[in-house]
Amino acid sequence: MAEFLQQLINGLALGAIYALIALGYTMVYGVLRFINFAHGDVFMLGAFAGYYLAPLVNRCLPAQSYLGGAIVLVLAMFICAVLGMLIEFLAYRPLRNRPKLTVLITAIGVSLFIEYSCQHEAIFGAAPRKFPDLIPTTAWHFWGLVLSSNQVIVLATTLLLLGGLSYIVKRTRIGTAMRAVAFNEQAAALMGVNINSIISFTFALGSALAAAGGILFAMNYASIEPLMGVQTGLKAFIAAVFGGIGNLPGAALGGGILGVIETYAGGIPGLSNYRDGIAFAILILVLLFRPAGLLGKQQTEKV
Amino acid sequence: MTHSSTKRMLVIALMTVTLASLCTHWFNRYYVGVAIDIGINIILAVSLNLINGHTGQFSLGHAGFMAVGGYTTAKFALVMQPILPTWLQPVIFIAGLLLGGLMAAAAGLAVGVPSLRLRGDYLAIVTLGFGEIIRVIFQNTESLGAATGLTGIPAWTNFGWAWGGAAVTVFVVASLVNSTYGRGFIAVHDDEVAAGASGVNPVRYKVTAFVIGSFFAGIAGGLYAHHKSFLSPTGFDFMKSIDIVVMVILGGMGRTAGVIIAAVLVTVLPEFLRGMAEYRMIIYSLLIIGLMIARPQGLFSFGKLGRTKA
Repeated sequence: MAEFLQQLINGLALGAIYALIALGYTMVYGVLRFINFAHGDVFMLGAFAGYYLAPLVNRCLPAQSYLGGAIVLVLAMFICAVLGMLIEFLAYRPLRNRPKLTVLITAIGVSLFIEYSCQHEAIFGAAPRKFPDLIPTTAWHFWGLVLSSNQVIVLATTLLLLGGLSYIVKRTRIGTAMRAVAFNEQAAALMGVNINSIISFTFALGSALAAAGGILFAMNYASIEPLMGVQTGLKAFIAAVFGGIGNLPGAALGGGILGVIETYAGGIPGLSNYRDGIAFAILILVLLFRPAGLLGKQQTEKV
Repeated sequence: MTHSSTKRMLVIALMTVTLASLCTHWFNRYYVGVAIDIGINIILAVSLNLINGHTGQFSLGHAGFMAVGGYTTAKFALVMQPILPTWLQPVIFIAGLLLGGLMAAAAGLAVGVPSLRLRGDYLAIVTLGFGEIIRVIFQNTESLGAATGLTGIPAWTNFGWAWGGAAVTVFVVASLVNSTYGRGFIAVHDDEVAAGASGVNPVRYKVTAFVIGSFFAGIAGGLYAHHKSFLSPTGFDFMKSIDIVVMVILGGMGRTAGVIIAAVLVTVLPEFLRGMAEYRMIIYSLLIIGLMIARPQGLFSFGKLGRTKA
């Protein structure tokens, strides 16, 4: 029982990070209807932004303080938000209204470009690096369980960001405009919504969440490298499809479930080697039996 | 082009290839190796073109089917070689290639039947998933070398086999698409709903394209295994699939001649860029983005086929 609960905690901490990245996929899919393959790399850039920001912040603040950690997180989110808007502006905007496949292939190209230019020695280099400890870490032991402070931070930050996102999307003017664009782009444009700025904002929001995911991931796993976004990004995308792509609570739910399933599977001796395949197997099963995802609505194609 | 003239061209191509393969020992081994790579990549690109280009189904898992074919062919040769006499080698090779192709086709059927109900990027992501699952399975199968790979595969692939295979693939795919039956692929590509309404069963055509495409990918995998003498699961990752997709896009979806030229280019270009290996992939990715923005129809598609929708 103790082990079951322990794995649940570990799984939720992993799932929270998937959820943060999945939200970016799902929001972009909502407004533009395409898979932003480069999103996993924005997650990686977020982790690296944290890596370079931490020493700078530590100059003004004592090392390993909660305030310093929060500042690093916010700055990295801001940097990635700008990068996300830049990617949209340079690579995707010229392709608006082109066939979906063209945009999808461009997204793969953007993803490869980020991965390989970051592997170049002049930028980050291919070797893995140790992520600095942003905040003091402790671990609590109770009922035979171990709960590390990082896991608590991951879960708390994720819940905070989810709350913030849900406030932006549901209560603010710009959030309403986002939902309008996702619902019907042309009608929204006719009602005076500036489509371009809404799409930019969506990318900024999604990229900021991915950056937060990147820093939380790096805090928990300590090692970062330019290709860390590939597998994590794919799994987060699976989480988004699992929950129902285009659906925000679905992405959070899908991320949580996927993280837990993956952690449990990793604990089963015969299955642990197949851990990377499990997420894909889940994806395929979901698409076969419930293509709209857990919380998505089934749509029929109109001619 | 009438059918008999395509047949004649196949015969001429095969004869040329056979003659050329008798002379390969006059040339530098490195150049012959690159030439064999080109032949294998032509098979891969033309077979993926049947799925992606002609039928319009975006598959990102071609490397997975190549892996199935490669491992099957290699394992078959490794098991059969010690127990059969040496003069039977070509028979083992051909049987292995066909077996590899059939296994890949079976994998294509297993993937295609459930997933081809999906469209566009969903299909892309599912095929990507299947490709990764296939790779993870090979990575964990001890009898196939697991993560270290399968070594000691006899190097039977020569110029003749690779280019002969390419000629046959081009012939089969071209004749298929140009046949009365094959018009269905293009109909599905152009408009699935309209094709269905006109009595063309889209799912059936999609699965057929998938199975035939996977078969040739398997053959290419077998040739690749016997060319490199070594197979490792990492050689068949997502990047390999992307390479093949780039050949198809560069050549222009559904343009067989363009795709062949693109396969040659994509194989040769990295060899030229060897001196600047660290920039190679950066240039490659910028090429993809630039191409999609400037010439989404592909570099080598001139004139109109009246097919702009993808």
